[in-house]
Amino acid sequence: MRVALFVPCYVDQLYPDVGFAALELLERHGASVEVLSEPGCCGQPFSNLGAVEQALPLARQFQAALGRYDYVVCPSGSCTATLHRHAAWLGASGTGHEPTQAGRRVLELCEFLVQVLGVAAVDVTFPHRVALHEGCHGLRELGLGQPSELGAGARNYAHPARQLLGSVKGLTLIEPSRPDECCGFGGSFAVKEAAVSKAMGCDRIEDFARAGAEVVTSGDMSCLMHLEGLMRRDGRALGVMHLAQILAGRTAPEPIGA
Amino acid sequence: MTARAVGHPERAREFLADPERARFHDGTLWQIRSRRDQRARGLPEWEALRERAGQIKDHTLAELPRYLEQFEAQARRHGAEVHYARDAAEHNRVVLDLLTARGIERVVKSKSMLTEECGLNPWLERHGIEVTDTDLGELIVQLRNEPPSHIVLPAIHLRKEDVAQTFSARLGAPALGDAQQLTEFARGHLRAKFLAAGAGITGVNFAIAETGGVVVCTNEGNADLGTALPALHIACMGLEKLIPRAADLGVFLRLLARSATGQAITAYTSHYHGPRPGAELHIVIVDNGRSRVRAEAAHRRALRCIRCGACMNTCPVFRRSGGHSYETHVPGPIGSILAPLEEPGKHTTLPHACTLCGSCTAICPVGIDLHEQLLLLRRRDWSAPDTAEDGASPRATALQPGWRIGLLRAGAWLLARPARMARLLAFARVLERRWPWLWRQLWRLGPLGEWARDREPPRLPPRSFHEQYQRSRRLGNARAAALPPEGET
Repeated sequence: MRVALFVPCYVDQLYPDVGFAALELLERHGASVEVLSEPGCCGQPFSNLGAVEQALPLARQFQAALGRYDYVVCPSGSCTATLHRHAAWLGASGTGHEPTQAGRRVLELCEFLVQVLGVAAVDVTFPHRVALHEGCHGLRELGLGQPSELGAGARNYAHPARQLLGSVKGLTLIEPSRPDECCGFGGSFAVKEAAVSKAMGCDRIEDFARAGAEVVTSGDMSCLMHLEGLMRRDGRALGVMHLAQILAGRTAPEPIGA
Repeated sequence: MTARAVGHPERAREFLADPERARFHDGTLWQIRSRRDQRARGLPEWEALRERAGQIKDHTLAELPRYLEQFEAQARRHGAEVHYARDAAEHNRVVLDLLTARGIERVVKSKSMLTEECGLNPWLERHGIEVTDTDLGELIVQLRNEPPSHIVLPAIHLRKEDVAQTFSARLGAPALGDAQQLTEFARGHLRAKFLAAGAGITGVNFAIAETGGVVVCTNEGNADLGTALPALHIACMGLEKLIPRAADLGVFLRLLARSATGQAITAYTSHYHGPRPGAELHIVIVDNGRSRVRAEAAHRRALRCIRCGACMNTCPVFRRSGGHSYETHVPGPIGSILAPLEEPGKHTTLPHACTLCGSCTAICPVGIDLHEQLLLLRRRDWSAPDTAEDGASPRATALQPGWRIGLLRAGAWLLARPARMARLLAFARVLERRWPWLWRQLWRLGPLGEWARDREPPRLPPRSFHEQYQRSRRLGNARAAALPPEGET
């Protein structure tokens, strides 16, 4: 099985440890992994603005790389969903969002660990109260979990991240009052709609804090980057860690671990 | 440089300037969404109903001409008169002509988003006709000279203190404290209006081609009183309200109230098959841009909409920016699709007033892929030629100044290769460490400034992932790659 790890641009540049945690996690659970050296970005910053002419060259670059592997694994639900969407855009209709063959071989990290590698538990300890922020794109576009809007008769399975976090020793999973409210990052949305983005982020943080969380984790470091920026500005005693970091056995950030 | 588009972001900022009101707005709508969630989980066939409803609407839209003709013939058989209006102006003229021909000077109107869309009230008032909105929420916003801020809950942006103040300022009401008193007062005020009205105008929730009947759903019974007292009933509908058969109605009625307010069904579901004896029923079927939407394959599905408002209640942006921030007759996610399609070149900020969280798509009872459509509209704006009416390109107004487009191109070039980005990071790191003053200034510019106004900038790591990884591979020790480098916690 040829597996590549795709490290998204902002993780590469700002959170290299998340990339290493993902790599370790995959290797520890039996995958032999190559790191994808290019493209550096899934193209979402462009396609979400509507700038397909900038996004599609990156998508083609990615498609070419995809041909060399059985799976490409990505520690971001949002980037994974984008890679799926772009694969569909490169397809015949040019606008379709039906899953493509290529799309199915690009998986979010936790999904890959659980579904493909069959990992049921991780052998690490993290003695903290943790809240899981289920990133919207992983939740609703990749269908990793059960969005709270769906009614009876919808498919029903646990988010793979939830399953893996449940096996971490000492970890208490905290539930916010709104299970899957968007954090308000939204890429360029955070800049175009700065006031709303801030309000959404602060509400989300407040919900996590009220529920008693010490650490907020997510499969999407981008949501966490936005939340952490707001937390640090407000001097909140809350930390953020990517799921890969907790699952790989990293310790909590200051001041949580202090 | 193109002038900054005044649009949703600015209006949203104004709404959020009163944090307590904004929190109340968000909390109330979230509560309604939660009630809706319970209902949706209570019906085992919920997801199947959503799918069925979407199929019925798609089928009807595909065969619209046939169903329109069938509806018209059946409605006439019951003695109703059917009128067609190409646009808002034609619609308004039809209604005015019906009223003036009968010498009617007072009209009561139950909730109709279509007449809102057409600007019927101001048009009739200009021609000397008194229009009274009889839905409580609509009455409140009418008295305040405001448009509704939500299609189901027109006065959701107001609190009961605002309503009490409005009633006393506009209707001379005594100081009233609770919602019950306010409702009683409105009821008393409206009763006289009902009795004096020469015509009742209603919207239409569903028009059944097979039977020629129209169905109106309300919670207050105001449509029923408004059509039972005067001798003229004018029912105004967009052409997308059609459904083929009476048997299809159940699918939609079960979805509508549950999605809108979390009720199993609206308090009143009134069926009109022709006029009552001695009275007249006129049905006005309006296009007003709908055919334009229908002609666009990627967006035709938007016409499935049954105006339940669930996408607004669930939208985290709508809840925190209020309906008025959209400056359209239908706000929220569905309005952000319909408005730019109906009026190309306008409303360019609306497709961007969205984080693409996808909650609207998951909640929509007729399965409209709302967030995907918003994304497609962004694509369309980006590649649109510079032909907006006011001379500004939709591309520029959506994305703001031209230099950002250049920035975007540079970004795409950089992001194609991690090595290019690594060089930029190295440069930024030098700035951060050696010239902190300059570094801080940089975070005040452009998009970075918008980001850093409310957030601490991320701390830069000593090296990027790829740099570190390549380095450790060169050292021939793959495991070392896993160790955090010096200086990083």
